[in-house]
Amino acid sequence: MQAVNQNNAATDDSAELKLPSDDQATQHKFDGKTVGHPLSDNPKMSMRNVNVFYGEKQAIFNVDLDIAQNQVIAMIGPSGCGKSTFLRCLNRMNDTIESCSVTGEFILDKQDIYHPKQDIVPLRARVGMVFQKPNPFPKSIYENVAYGPKIHGLASRRAELDEIVEVSLRKAGLWEEVKDRLHSPGTGLSGGQQQRLCIARSIAVSPEVILMDEPCSALDPIATAKIEELIAELKENFTIAIVTHSMQQAARVSDRTAYFHLGKLVEVNDTKRVFTNPEHDLTEAYITGRFG
Amino acid sequence: MKQSSNNSTLDKVNQSLARRYRAEKRFKAYGIAAILFGITCLIVLFTDIIGKGHSAFFQTYVYLEVTMDSEQLYINDPSDPQQIAAADYQGVIKAALRERFPEASSRRDRRALYALVSNGAGFKLRGQLEADPTLLNQTIGLWMLVDDDVDTYYKSRGEDGESGFDGRLNEKQIGWVESFIADGYMESRFNTTFFTSGDSREPEQAGILGAMAGSLFTLLVTILLSFPIGVAAAVYLEEYAPRNRFTEFIEININNLAAVPSIIFGLLGLSIFIGFFEMHRSIPLVGGLVLTLMTLPTIIISSRAAMKAVPPSIRDAAYGLGASKMQVVIHHVIPLAMPGMLTGAIIGIAQALGETAPLLMIGMVAFVVDIPGGVTDPATALPVQIFLWSDSPERAFVERTSAAIMVLLAVLISMNTLAVWLRKRLERRW
Amino acid sequence: MDTSMLLVVGLLMIAVAYFAGRTRSISLASGVGGVKNLNSLPFYYGALTALWCGIPSFILLAIWLIFDDFFIAQIIVQTLPDHVKDMSDAELGLLMDTVANVAQNSTMGLSTEPHILQAAERLSALQQTNQMAMTVAFLSAGIILMLAAWLKIHTSMRARVHVELAFKWVLLGCACIAIFTTIGIVLSVLFESLKFFQAVPFTDFVFGMEWSPQMAIRSDQVGGSGAFGAIPLFAGTMLISMIAMLIAVPAGLMAAIYLAEYAHPKVRNIIKPVLEVLAGVPTVVYGFFAALTVAPFLRDSGAIIGLDVSSESALAAGLVMGVMIIPFVSSLSDDVITAVPQSLRDGSFGLGATQSETIKKVVIPAALPGIVGGVLLAVSRAIGETMIVVMAAGLAAHLTANPLESVTTVTVQIVKLLVGDQEFNSPKTLSAFALGLMLFTVTLILNFIALQVVKKYREQYE
Repeated sequence: MQAVNQNNAATDDSAELKLPSDDQATQHKFDGKTVGHPLSDNPKMSMRNVNVFYGEKQAIFNVDLDIAQNQVIAMIGPSGCGKSTFLRCLNRMNDTIESCSVTGEFILDKQDIYHPKQDIVPLRARVGMVFQKPNPFPKSIYENVAYGPKIHGLASRRAELDEIVEVSLRKAGLWEEVKDRLHSPGTGLSGGQQQRLCIARSIAVSPEVILMDEPCSALDPIATAKIEELIAELKENFTIAIVTHSMQQAARVSDRTAYFHLGKLVEVNDTKRVFTNPEHDLTEAYITGRFG
Repeated sequence: MKQSSNNSTLDKVNQSLARRYRAEKRFKAYGIAAILFGITCLIVLFTDIIGKGHSAFFQTYVYLEVTMDSEQLYINDPSDPQQIAAADYQGVIKAALRERFPEASSRRDRRALYALVSNGAGFKLRGQLEADPTLLNQTIGLWMLVDDDVDTYYKSRGEDGESGFDGRLNEKQIGWVESFIADGYMESRFNTTFFTSGDSREPEQAGILGAMAGSLFTLLVTILLSFPIGVAAAVYLEEYAPRNRFTEFIEININNLAAVPSIIFGLLGLSIFIGFFEMHRSIPLVGGLVLTLMTLPTIIISSRAAMKAVPPSIRDAAYGLGASKMQVVIHHVIPLAMPGMLTGAIIGIAQALGETAPLLMIGMVAFVVDIPGGVTDPATALPVQIFLWSDSPERAFVERTSAAIMVLLAVLISMNTLAVWLRKRLERRW
Repeated sequence: MDTSMLLVVGLLMIAVAYFAGRTRSISLASGVGGVKNLNSLPFYYGALTALWCGIPSFILLAIWLIFDDFFIAQIIVQTLPDHVKDMSDAELGLLMDTVANVAQNSTMGLSTEPHILQAAERLSALQQTNQMAMTVAFLSAGIILMLAAWLKIHTSMRARVHVELAFKWVLLGCACIAIFTTIGIVLSVLFESLKFFQAVPFTDFVFGMEWSPQMAIRSDQVGGSGAFGAIPLFAGTMLISMIAMLIAVPAGLMAAIYLAEYAHPKVRNIIKPVLEVLAGVPTVVYGFFAALTVAPFLRDSGAIIGLDVSSESALAAGLVMGVMIIPFVSSLSDDVITAVPQSLRDGSFGLGATQSETIKKVVIPAALPGIVGGVLLAVSRAIGETMIVVMAAGLAAHLTANPLESVTTVTVQIVKLLVGDQEFNSPKTLSAFALGLMLFTVTLILNFIALQVVKKYREQYE
């Protein structure tokens, strides 16, 4: 788990940044050092020296980042910057991609999640995930939410399971809308409802961290607003990492913001700081809409 | 300058236009002709077989009044079931025939006369007597099976009694048959024998039940083995297998086996299952094993296609909740792919049902009269029965062969329709 | 207990193991605060116990069943009188069959020779002991392993990981059956063929011009007559396949082109399944059709115009086989034609080409590798087709190129040589396997090339 020739790779790649014009490129030189405060005093998860490869191609370069307890951290950046890849490393979803290899240190509560003996099943029970496109199982609403508790043996009686389902749906703000049709298919809901169902499904396992990969990109503004409200409420009980391509969304929901650029972590700061007074030129260029 | 060159191009195009459109029409006509040719072949095939076979669903019966003479039957104790079973029923039938046509006196004539009634008619008489022993020494009227030659003659003769196919019947026999017909003692009925008995050397007594049972047991073995194994192999290749040489080797093997001639699988069965494992010949178990190996590639390939169609987002969702690989496969992938896998399996099994050559190799061509009762009883299969009958010279077997083909095709078409229906009805569109 | 009973008891034992393991894990869980504190769900503990109980004991049973007859036979042979032991293998085999028959029907006095009766008695006794021993070994193995697994269950046992691993290996095993089948085919035809080539030289077989295996009934005649020359069979196979391809390729290809390029989707949706019915008709039906309808028709119409057409002419078999292969060619071609990107067609249309010109000059050349692959697969299918030729082609091997004469094929001869009573190990029987080897090799090469060509073609447009 060693970092791969840190400085060389960084400087070589910065020359290849695809920027609108040459003179801008000279302004936005990036030396590979993350500016701001990537580390935290109270980390739930801390990542060090993270490098990710797809076959020969490197997708993430030397990222150090802490995700603080009961905080929402937003990851932003232009498409293809590696923010989703990084997020999927946090509960080892990248294991399902054969050509993907991950190096670096991933610590969740003092436990190395990439340790060879680490079982991914309990890991994913602790670090849940909500995906870009709502992906309810083609089963009933009830079965969707009950699936996680069932496979992890969280409920020993039917009543217990019913309670978990209700609580999760309530937390996801979906209970009132679906309580009368719990046994109709989850795929029959609207897009926003489906996504909240997926969030309820993740909550039902009571994870400690919830990873959200552009959870609103397939939704209309009203549904998006509901999900954003929901994230604000969930913050009390869960640690949340959210990837988003919408800067407004990052500004609205997150406490801290991490800006990724071509596989590198450029800046991490309080959200307010990032959007009002970014420390790095690249971040400024991005949030002011000069590229993205 | 530019204008004129444009004009000359246009002229040239216009000159060749008619020729080009003719070529277009010709080409299109070839395509239509090819399709019409295929459809014509199909129609000729089906009309030919239905035309030959429909008459086999009817069978000619003759009405005879038979005296159950205990002396003639050699029964002295009607309460003894063994005596009733072994009695000479053919004798009383012969007596009844003699009585009706006393003019047949020479040995040769009598033999010709006896040949009119099927030698299976005695069994019917026995059945009657076994059911009701009081019939002994009484005269009863019975409709009995006629011999296949008479059956063929009766079916092929016109209303006026002319131009019947006489085949092996001689003048006198035809006279007797016509006399029965004139008295209204001969009629055609639905041929239940065809569906309720096993094979026989006598066409009028031959049926497809034995072959159907043989096919059923063979397919049972095939379904029970090939579906689970095929799905398991597909799950491995689609969900588990790493991309390496070994996996590629398995895939090449499967694709090649799908195109290996079926008779080769018969050779495999003959030398491995019968030669090496010393299983018995002619049994549905071995037939089923051979057909399993033959059907597996089809099932694996279609199951993989069905699993490929399950969107990765469903797998992601389950993995994201902490489901293990086995849980993802068993809870999500297999149930969602099931309609597609079933469709593939039904098509594969339908192929296996029509398969003949490998079964010939493992000896399922024996002449089996008894209806098989299990997977280890000697049996034949429906297509093999068709093959066996098609070799028989009797004209009555030709119609029975065609009828057996009609039954086989009906089963196959319903299986394929079921598969199509399943696909349309249950397959989820993502 | 007899074997089928043993299987049922074995399955019961596995069920018991499952419930025992499951129950124990649940009761252990109550000590640590519920099922959620177990390492795995109770199901996995049950499954693990069942696997430990079932797999080794069933493997033991299978091995036992494969080898027990052999060992019992060895023991019986050892105790036979010396003059019997010196007999040839074949005679000894016959004698052992008699012994087995006597042992089975002890009431029927099949044999009177004392040593056979003795051996039969010993055989029955041994078989009984064997059955007993097998029952005891099977059940005790199952029960001991079940208990061992049951006792090992504890709350932090990684039952799920173990079960998942076993599941994966079972799946891998199923996938490997394809490999075993290929190996089985190769071994079975190769092994018998090698025996055949010891009697008849390989060159005589492959280059011999005369085929009449019926001559070599007596063992002293083997090989000497040179009656195992397979050239006429290869020629007959090629003749019939060629006739079939002359029908199937143009008709199938044109039908596919029409359906893919011209036909309205509605028409296509009706015509395609109708044509595919032709592919679903069993070959035995085509054989019947060829032998009883097409062949007599050709003979009679030949007679009208003064041609002497054999009633088992290659033409009849070839024509019907061609019809059978039409849907095969058309569906394979249809796949490759629809895979040709629309942009190629648009490019051609944009220059003002007519549809047929576009098809002939652009679509077909682009799809050619795929079409060739499909045709190769169809050829391999024609070569391996059995029932049509068995029923409609001849038996005697004539070396001729005249489609109106009767020829025979490789598959016909395999069927004729192996159907019915046969003695194993006579060159006549073995020659069928040699023919099988040829058939397998040729079709394998054709399939392999075809599949590679089609694969390359697909990758090109993906």
